[in-house]
Amino acid sequence: MQMTDYKPKIVAFCCNWCSYAGADLAGNNRLSYPAEVKIIRVPCSCRVNPTFILRAFQRGADGVIICGCHPGDCHYTSGNYFARRRMALLFSMLDYLGIERERTRVEWVSAAEGAKFAATMNDFVSTVAALGENRRLEDLRCKK
Amino acid sequence: MQRIGVFVCWCGSNIAATVDVEAVSQALKDEPGVVFSTNYQYMCSQAGQDLIKQAVAEHGLTGIVICSCSPRMHETTFRRAAAAAGLNPYMVEIANIREQCSWVHKDIALGTQKAIVLGRAAVAKLHLNAPLTPGETPVTKRALVIGGGIAGIQTALDIADAGFKVDIVEKKPTIGGKMSQLDKTFPTLDCAACILTPKMVEAAQNENITIYSYSEVESVGGFVGNFDVTIRKKARYVNESICTGCGLCTEKCPVKNVPNEFNLGMDSRRAVYIPFAQAVPKVATIDPDYCNMLKNGKCGVCARVCTAGAIDYKQTDELIEQKYGAIVVATGYEPIKLDKFDEFAYNSSPDVITSLEFERLTNAAGPTSGKLLRPSDGKHPHRIVFVQCVGSRCAAAAGKGKEYCSKICCMYTAKQAMLVRDKYPDTEVYVFYIDVRTPGKNFDEFYRRAAEEYGVKYVKGMVGKISPQGEVLKVQASDLIAGRQLHIDADLVVLAAAIEPDRSARPLATMLTASMDTNDFFTEAHPKLRPVESPTAGVFLSGACQGPKDIPETVAQAGAAAAKVIGLLAKDKLTSNPCVASVDELMCNGCSSCERVCPYGAISYVNKEFRMPDRTVALRRVASVNPAVCQGCGACTVACMSGAMDLRGFEAKQIIAEVDAICK
Amino acid sequence: MQKITEDLARRRAAELMRAGEISCLLGWKKGEFDYDVEPTVFYTPEEVERELVCNVFSAANLSKYLISLTRKAEGRVGILLKPCDSFSFNQLLTEHRFDRERVYALGLPCEGTVDTFLLKERVGEGIYSIKIKDGALEVETLSGEVKEIPLSEVYAERCLVCKSRRPVAYDEMLGEVTPDADEDRFAQVEKLESMTAEERYAFWQGELSRCIRCNACRNVCPACSCERCVFDNPTSGVETKAPSEDSFEEKMFHIIRAFHVAGRCTDCGECSRVCPERIPLHLLNRKFIKDINSFYGDYTAGAEVGSRAPLVSYTKDDPEPGQGGQK
Repeated sequence: MQMTDYKPKIVAFCCNWCSYAGADLAGNNRLSYPAEVKIIRVPCSCRVNPTFILRAFQRGADGVIICGCHPGDCHYTSGNYFARRRMALLFSMLDYLGIERERTRVEWVSAAEGAKFAATMNDFVSTVAALGENRRLEDLRCKK
Repeated sequence: MQRIGVFVCWCGSNIAATVDVEAVSQALKDEPGVVFSTNYQYMCSQAGQDLIKQAVAEHGLTGIVICSCSPRMHETTFRRAAAAAGLNPYMVEIANIREQCSWVHKDIALGTQKAIVLGRAAVAKLHLNAPLTPGETPVTKRALVIGGGIAGIQTALDIADAGFKVDIVEKKPTIGGKMSQLDKTFPTLDCAACILTPKMVEAAQNENITIYSYSEVESVGGFVGNFDVTIRKKARYVNESICTGCGLCTEKCPVKNVPNEFNLGMDSRRAVYIPFAQAVPKVATIDPDYCNMLKNGKCGVCARVCTAGAIDYKQTDELIEQKYGAIVVATGYEPIKLDKFDEFAYNSSPDVITSLEFERLTNAAGPTSGKLLRPSDGKHPHRIVFVQCVGSRCAAAAGKGKEYCSKICCMYTAKQAMLVRDKYPDTEVYVFYIDVRTPGKNFDEFYRRAAEEYGVKYVKGMVGKISPQGEVLKVQASDLIAGRQLHIDADLVVLAAAIEPDRSARPLATMLTASMDTNDFFTEAHPKLRPVESPTAGVFLSGACQGPKDIPETVAQAGAAAAKVIGLLAKDKLTSNPCVASVDELMCNGCSSCERVCPYGAISYVNKEFRMPDRTVALRRVASVNPAVCQGCGACTVACMSGAMDLRGFEAKQIIAEVDAICK
Repeated sequence: MQKITEDLARRRAAELMRAGEISCLLGWKKGEFDYDVEPTVFYTPEEVERELVCNVFSAANLSKYLISLTRKAEGRVGILLKPCDSFSFNQLLTEHRFDRERVYALGLPCEGTVDTFLLKERVGEGIYSIKIKDGALEVETLSGEVKEIPLSEVYAERCLVCKSRRPVAYDEMLGEVTPDADEDRFAQVEKLESMTAEERYAFWQGELSRCIRCNACRNVCPACSCERCVFDNPTSGVETKAPSEDSFEEKMFHIIRAFHVAGRCTDCGECSRVCPERIPLHLLNRKFIKDINSFYGDYTAGAEVGSRAPLVSYTKDDPEPGQGGQK
């Protein structure tokens, strides 16, 4: 299933205050990770609507990762706690529908964790790449 | 349709080395709505900004995309540049092609490809941007401080000093708080009254400060800069403006057996009383629970002896309505109840006392005039055992006490033990501890002095049981270092009871929509970076209501809170971030989900009449966002099922457009 | 529901109406066939006495209609609530969707409702009429044959695994509360969970591919009571004007709908009951309920008014996503 030139499409939602800054720090320190990762900036992980993730999968994303401040460190005090619940339930549901759990991930990355950001992305991309292309949500269709 | 200009920055070679900037600007030229696309060496430079200005004028641009470094770096710069060019500053989107592209991808082909995708996502988002204007609200230049202990007094003094009006609301008849009950203070051993009472007097005399004693906050409405507060001034049955504080009534009142709360019930006061000699305001208060005149109309002695004619049995509670720009919470702490700690015999023996009671026993103005005497028989104790961590650092499973460290006990116990040894060298003093925690300036030196110079016997281990037997208290404890059990016959035992937030804090937090942790301490807006602000805009935290604190720390935090308040009140108008939540009332169900996830209490509900699709008119409950309070996290937008709630600047359709552009 | 209950309900509702306590009654009446019992609003006591039907076919959850009816009707609105409907009733109250003071709720005992698909399958031919006897249905077919079908064989799945037969909201209870069902509500969900991702995918593709987007599930669902559904709203980003095979809305409808009702769904099972394609939509909702229970502790939407739904709540030590409830 795994092709050598296969490049998974990865969408990463990063909160402005911790994870987006963590990604910037990875850049400052020139810590590389695959170019397949494209970051969307959101104010807080709690801004990520499950619809956005479903949309990404339907439009051909192979993996979606949400990064936020560590629990307890949210810039808005509680946003990541709500995000954690929403994503825990959504990912479990996606798994139930046949979208492998490995294609979705939540990772807490602080503004100081540039190295963790790069390592997380390297790991996530290789995990998703090993699963191969995700066509599942594209095929889950209604009657023609 | 937008007319979009794209500006790709080289950042010298920072971007240009691994991203083909020319290819990026060429590729983005073909995106829908893009009418101008170029690249330049340093977009953030003056020349770069001029380039933007020129392009906006020449091509009639409605929005710009900058492909450059992180928006965390130069978003403000480019928004200003856009504004200077006559654009709305929120018609700017930034594609981060440096930190998140050129610096992390070594391969120029891959880097260029990714930069194009990021640029496309920014263009797609910008298509859906709308001009935003920051809101403005006026500021009422008056502050409210809730709580008149050292924290509240210090905050009020600092705010008043900057020239702003400030009101202190204190529920007790006098300000002064817990500090007024203390004897000496660590680590310098100055007398608490000597350093506190001048501040109390200063607060009373300051023209900018109004003290509402024997008063409580009844309700709070409004928001930052514009709070509407109702204060209940409880009836004290004494006309405050006439009473001279001579104290004659408190001597003549025939009801003599009222437990004196200032001395923690260790002696008694009259039904009409002044809590202590230096009380501020120094006026009498009649206790309606004990006064014969108020209870059954028989007595009237105080009114007869009062030469000023200040007694007023018909006085009623008064409600005061006032507007404030900022509110400071300084509700402080109280020691926990020891009902669940039967093993220490607190309830069964009068000679087992709390540390605060010990303060009163050693205080010259206390029930024993400062002589250390046992409450049971008034004899001088010769062996005293201090027990640390009573109710502090308890395991959650224990079902009693607090999990946190009360922070102040190690130091005040060292102080108390040292003072006993100093004044009564014939007394043997034991301190049982889990750890001795002394992180503070001159704290560890102080503790070592107690242990080494004054011969206080510190024993690492917990006291298991205290049993009163005749005149002595049998103390059974373990010495963890020596690994043995100790049996001590003590004359007096002092328990360092954990401290918890004052009980008035919880209902107050509800009124203020300020958040609290599981222990009822107020939560700060950020534990490290915004330690004196509550997440609710315009509400600030001073002293132990935020967490256990000693006096120096409390005063420092009180000053910090005051500085924040002064910063707020110094503004004539508050401008707010326009990237806030907004509700489409037609779609709102009024279900309260958004309100429940909002950390700032920015959402309220109103009943409004709507024309329904069937042409009837219905009264519906709909959400309303206060843009001055909303901080723009977006939690509400996802909690909202109907999609009525959206976040300006990060609207659902904008983010979906980015997703689509990336996944294309 | 027994004949006695129906008589009692008719009598009490008519009484309340005559006394002016209620201006109208949300109840059920017979449709074209005996098994076609449909929701209706009665405005006169005579109609109630003549037409109100409370039996094993009174399956529809009426609570949702209170939102629009309390806006329109004068005075208080009467409603008949089966125990499971009373949870939806409370959930709507929690979400401030109607004013409790404007409603008078008559609680009904319930031993289960009939799955009409199952009944038709079991009978095997057209049904002419049905008589409800003790524990069985006497069905006269179009061919004139009379068949006796035990009720236990045609109870709806949702009733066999019913979460509770103790009503949680009523002003007055008509009859005695019946004992709870004892079958495991999550057995079907567990069966799916034990499959491989591939098998689960195949299962759902098979099921969801039959959807004709008739919107019956959405229209009947008491949690889907938005003033305006996101799927009808062009600014939501999920709506597509001309649904095509490729559109986001077509593909994601059921998943988004399930997420929207997560933590608010009372598992009344109406979505599956009304689905003309018999898609087991309740299995999506029950998955969320099961996860919520195992991740965050047992929670029943609508059990009490004012309870905080799991998705608008949190604890500091909630399990991390993807760890299957492990903290």
